[in-house]
Amino acid sequence: MAEGMPILSLMVFAPLVGMIIVLLLDRERHVTAIRWVAAVASGVSFLLSLYALVPYRLDASGMQLEEKYPWIPALNVTYHLGVDGLSMPLVILTTLLTFLSVVYSFRITERVKEYMAFFLLLETGMLGVFCALDFFLFYVFWEVSLVPMYFIIGIWGGPRREYAAIKFFIYTLVGSLAMLLAILAVYFSSEPRTFDMVELIRQQPVAGVTLKTALIFWGFFLGFAIKVPMWPFHTWLPDAHVEAPTAGSVILAGILLKMGTYGFVRVSLPLMPEASAHYSFIIAIVALISIIYGALCAMGQSDIKKLIAYSSVNHMGYVMLGVAAACAIASGSDAQLRDLLTSRATALNGAVLQMVNHGIITGALFFLVGVIYDRAHLRDIDAFGGLARIMPVYAAVMITSCMASLGLPGLAGFVSEFMVFLGSFPLYKLIVALGVIGVVITAAFFLWMIQRVFLGPTNPKWQALEDMDAGELFATVPLVALMVAIGLYPMPVLRVINAAVVPLVEKLAQHAEVTAEVLRRFLG
Amino acid sequence: MREMAWIIPILPFAASMTLLFFGAALKRRLGEGVAWIGVAGIAATLPFSLGVLYELVTGAPAYHASIPWAPVGQRVLDIGYQVDALTAVMLAMVSVVATCIMVFSVGYMHGDDGYQRFFAYMSLFCAAMFLLVLAANFIVLYVAWELVGLCSYLLIGFWFHKPEAANAAKKAFITTRIGDLFFALGIFLIWRYAPSLSFEEAFRAAAAGAMTASVAGLAALLLFGGAVGKSAQFPLHVWLPDAMEGPTPVSALIHAATMVAAGVYMVARLSPLYWASLHEGVISGIPALTFVAGIGLITALLAAFIGLTQNDIKRVLAYSTISQLGYMMCGLGMGVIGFAAGVFHLITHAFFKALLFLGSGSVMHAMHDELDMWKMGGLGRRMPVTYWTFWAGTLALAGIFPFAGFFSKDEIIAAAYHMGHEEGRWIYFLGLEAGAFLTALYMGRLCFNVFSGQPRTETAEHAHESPPVMLWPLRILAFFAIILGWVGSPWVANNLFHHFLTETAPAIKEVHVGFNPAVAALSTAMALGGLLLAAAMYRWHVLSPDVLKRPLWAFYVASKRKCWFDELYTYTVVGATVLGARLAAKFDLAVIDGLVNLVGWGTRVIVAQVIRWFDLIVVDGAVNLAALATGWVGEAYSRLQTGRAQDYVTGLAVFAATLAAAAAIAVIWAELGFPLPWPW
Repeated sequence: MAEGMPILSLMVFAPLVGMIIVLLLDRERHVTAIRWVAAVASGVSFLLSLYALVPYRLDASGMQLEEKYPWIPALNVTYHLGVDGLSMPLVILTTLLTFLSVVYSFRITERVKEYMAFFLLLETGMLGVFCALDFFLFYVFWEVSLVPMYFIIGIWGGPRREYAAIKFFIYTLVGSLAMLLAILAVYFSSEPRTFDMVELIRQQPVAGVTLKTALIFWGFFLGFAIKVPMWPFHTWLPDAHVEAPTAGSVILAGILLKMGTYGFVRVSLPLMPEASAHYSFIIAIVALISIIYGALCAMGQSDIKKLIAYSSVNHMGYVMLGVAAACAIASGSDAQLRDLLTSRATALNGAVLQMVNHGIITGALFFLVGVIYDRAHLRDIDAFGGLARIMPVYAAVMITSCMASLGLPGLAGFVSEFMVFLGSFPLYKLIVALGVIGVVITAAFFLWMIQRVFLGPTNPKWQALEDMDAGELFATVPLVALMVAIGLYPMPVLRVINAAVVPLVEKLAQHAEVTAEVLRRFLG
Repeated sequence: MREMAWIIPILPFAASMTLLFFGAALKRRLGEGVAWIGVAGIAATLPFSLGVLYELVTGAPAYHASIPWAPVGQRVLDIGYQVDALTAVMLAMVSVVATCIMVFSVGYMHGDDGYQRFFAYMSLFCAAMFLLVLAANFIVLYVAWELVGLCSYLLIGFWFHKPEAANAAKKAFITTRIGDLFFALGIFLIWRYAPSLSFEEAFRAAAAGAMTASVAGLAALLLFGGAVGKSAQFPLHVWLPDAMEGPTPVSALIHAATMVAAGVYMVARLSPLYWASLHEGVISGIPALTFVAGIGLITALLAAFIGLTQNDIKRVLAYSTISQLGYMMCGLGMGVIGFAAGVFHLITHAFFKALLFLGSGSVMHAMHDELDMWKMGGLGRRMPVTYWTFWAGTLALAGIFPFAGFFSKDEIIAAAYHMGHEEGRWIYFLGLEAGAFLTALYMGRLCFNVFSGQPRTETAEHAHESPPVMLWPLRILAFFAIILGWVGSPWVANNLFHHFLTETAPAIKEVHVGFNPAVAALSTAMALGGLLLAAAMYRWHVLSPDVLKRPLWAFYVASKRKCWFDELYTYTVVGATVLGARLAAKFDLAVIDGLVNLVGWGTRVIVAQVIRWFDLIVVDGAVNLAALATGWVGEAYSRLQTGRAQDYVTGLAVFAATLAAAAAIAVIWAELGFPLPWPW
């Protein structure tokens, strides 16, 4: 294909084109066509994201495949797309999960046309967030991804769907308004005025720790932390996850949550390195609370879907712990600082990989909860028992996914959790020492759930349940394969991530050391 | 051959994957012949394992290889394997024992629903166990460490439809994971100070002082936490007896010979770390090694004590395993003098304990899965091969000359004597001698009750010997249980095993405690005393057990009730966690989510009120005002319409001045550096 082909634009807007075609089709007569258009559109997007790897230089830092055109010249808004090691893995995760979700959603029979249209619009929004390098564009995509999810929960959701949808929408909107104010403040601080992220990171218009920077930092923080979600902003999550239809939960947990953590890594850390260092300890504490609290809450649930939803709070806590460690304040001899730099990179590599892994694992888990709910119309953990005998394939896939989620070595979750803890330990010894307790609780609640659902005597009521069908296997088997592949040999993914992480942590380390010096003088 | 060692875990892994994915289809074609795929996977490792051992014994140097696994900043985390003397003896042991147990399983698991699944899991376990002993750095060690734990979970819960099995599997996984929590922290600590995850680098850092003795000691102690979980040491020993819910070959392979010994192996593998912190107190001035020895001693005695009163034959053997693992730990904990002894006991124990478990499996096979020794009796005449092999294992375990356990256990006790003699710490020597007595006593009780006297039930009456496929493994293991000790005897190259194992560690070579005839005589006397007491009570019936039971009543109940550890943990740790989880879930719903909803509701109410007032006063007011104003304007306008040109010009001027003033204010505002509400 031609050199200079706008791969990213094609990839981002392929689903939008699909949506337009879907909207042109007749809702009654063309149901099959609508499904296939959606599958093809998201499939094309997936293939394009893979094709993007061809010109992509794996070990290069900095933005690649950039596209930049003026958009609103008066405001200096540009249409600027690009990917690097932080976004590339998430882009591929997004296209893959969306494609699998669309195929899985072939079983949806109610208002197929709107459903598929919303799903494709959602994909464009999510891909846009991960590719946008202009704050204006970033914000537009951020909001675009919000609306379709609101409708997906509100129309195709469970019994409390309206409450959940509105809560999700308003909560996230509050966060994005805070983020919008922060973006405008950054814009008005820049000289020359620009929304361009790359340019802003070079300019450092909000360097240092002033009141203004602090407000901007916490503005972004609120926007991202609600999305992650970090404790105590997490309560929209169990409601939204539980009420959303299966594929909606998959995308919600698999991708939308990553937009929050991605925001921290893409925006907060490089744009406000001093402020990040300054507040890193608070983030680490909140991350620790998320880890322990999320795990305990998950253990206390009786609904499988809610259990997995709370486990997301726990797992995203690991990501935030890695992020906090990457910018943690530290001082010491040159040799020690060099070792700490390696640890920062380890933690941040782990955090970014954990975003990908959580997407894969929790995505699979939500698909699998859908499998049982479709058959039994129940998700109560205690309602089952002995299912491993009735549905052996389902049990195998589910248990493998749970094992990946609880961090069993050899599967993906272990690599990222291990790296987060390993890298964070030299910087936050006590927090890590307490955080690993979360790993034991995670093991406990997953095994307890497995025991109650799959093991023990067979409940005769479920004797007639059928094992997984082809569509369900199609959606989950690729994810399980990825869990194993990344778990055994994470090098290919980490190589890409590491290339982007190295320059970032070097910069963060400098500022963290400066901040340490300032604090030391200030304290006496 | 050493360069080919990586293939050893691959072989059983390939067998495992074949069985996992094609097992059901293959079973339809091959019937139970499908099991031989698993057996072949393990047996194929024999030439490699034994070849590696032969190479190293004949003087080849150790071997090490690694590949990059994960980039971290400018550096890379490697994964790799190594082959040295310690690895070589472990590889050989695992290969031989696992092959015997797999062959035995072909007969034992006959007719089970999950026949091919069993062999798939067992093969997977072997792969993970090989990986564990080949590990050259903490990543591989940790990965393999958890994978053997997973296989243990899957195999304990093999008959998952039994609630006890499902429970035991979960308990095993979680209990060992509590130990692993400390293990992981130990690894993190080494990463902080070494900073590397390879064993070699960590030892170098500890030797060079990059990692101070106190850090090395703390790391060593944390790592030992992992061993406490995996090797079922006090206070995390509670999972192992329950793990007997798994099929008996599983108990033999995983919960006697190999996996539970992984903790001991790990301490031996990382012993340079322990030695580096020999004189550095970690907690209240006690060095890490002393913890190892102390925990080992407590475990050895506690488990032997509980084993005395259990009636389930597999549980007796489980407590015996815990106790023997305590012996090994105690040996390693005595430092360089006990190192080779601890490892030697690990190896011999693997053979004779696997033998005993398989023997109990053979008994269960004959007794239709009956486990209560009081429902047996007189099986010796009905099952002659099982009978004599079981006794060979028992004598090895009790430490009777010249069986294997005699030499290995004696070496540990000799080291303990040495410690008492040199440092005045006699507690180890006395404790381990007492343990030897208890060991012989509970094993004697078990053997006499099962095999001697008259059958006590109908089933025992009609018991018959197991098929040859189960008996040959027993014979082979019995052969090792009888002769293996000689490689560690003073009469074969003055303790061949010791010299081979310590070839690479000069520190150990200098201190060789050697054989102590007086100590050996005392241990043998203790063991014989235990056997004789058991025979008096359960064989010759000249002494009623009640004679001992009545005065020692409190001890009897404590032993019977397993010292109430399960109850203690259920009501403290488990209870607190479950309660905490319930409370957290309630708190989340009521308080945090309640707060969110309150804010939402509050905002809605306030906004609604504000809008109502705004509507009433401002909007409605404006309408009314507009009506009024229209009147005024009409009136005023009628006055404006003066028809005079001057008035029109004045009006224009006022409008222009207002605009100019607004522009001026905007310019000044911008000049002062304030942001404009619009950007252009």
